[in-house]
Amino acid sequence: MLLATLFESGVKIEHYMVLATALFVIGVFGVLYRKNAIILLMCIELMLNAVNLLLVAFSTYFGQADGQLFVFFIMVVAAAEATVGLSILVLLYRNTRSTDIRLFNKLKN
Amino acid sequence: MSLDLIFYILGGLTIGTALMVVLSKHPVRSVLYLVLTFFLISANYVMMNAQFIAIVNIIVYAGAIMVLFLFVLMLLNLNKENEPKHSLWMTVGAMIAGGGLFLVLVAAMRDAILAAPMIDENSEKVGLVENLGQVLFTKYVLPFEVSSILFLAAMVGAVLLAKREKQTIE
Repeated sequence: MLLATLFESGVKIEHYMVLATALFVIGVFGVLYRKNAIILLMCIELMLNAVNLLLVAFSTYFGQADGQLFVFFIMVVAAAEATVGLSILVLLYRNTRSTDIRLFNKLKN
Repeated sequence: MSLDLIFYILGGLTIGTALMVVLSKHPVRSVLYLVLTFFLISANYVMMNAQFIAIVNIIVYAGAIMVLFLFVLMLLNLNKENEPKHSLWMTVGAMIAGGGLFLVLVAAMRDAILAAPMIDENSEKVGLVENLGQVLFTKYVLPFEVSSILFLAAMVGAVLLAKREKQTIE
């Protein structure tokens, strides 16, 4: 019902490609622009979601389930990455009392 | 309301909230905008008939990961922290890098030759739990098991990192 009409109703796969690219580029811009390490991790999540959106779009476009399962695995990896990244960040905060990435440029004090 | 109008509204709102994640000064506000972005992306998944992924996206991302971010923000007590001034060079450089990447990617995609969409009577059921589960537990059963090992490693790592050390630095 919905699917049969979505890609025939003027919404093309190119639209989703541009939307996903825009989201990805916003994530890249955030990583380059912001200084707060937590916001940086959030921008990485944003980039992962842009890729997920494109994978689901192509999965629907070709009628194959593989793309959606890739999204599933990306979510698994993102959850693990967020957990470990945030716990490392909490440890860094204990040492420096800040989450500014410019203070993290030394591996050894 | 036609479908492409819904697509344009959803896409515009998604890009707007994603920009607010990057541009808002307050970290908590950033997290809340990111939750909104994830809900809008889930709406996009529903548009594409991927119901299972839409629900999992809300549960895992908006529910679990973002609550984790919010907890860490509250624990670190960064609310009163005022963001340092961004240097003009960094801002301009980031804008040029982002805009250049966007142009290059879109230009590369314009030349891509795409096959026609494959829509038959089965393609409506692709995103449902039944079909996805069947593919997951037959074709992708090894990656599924390996991801459980990844979770175990992440769990051990998080516990190990969060444990307070006996002798603290300095």
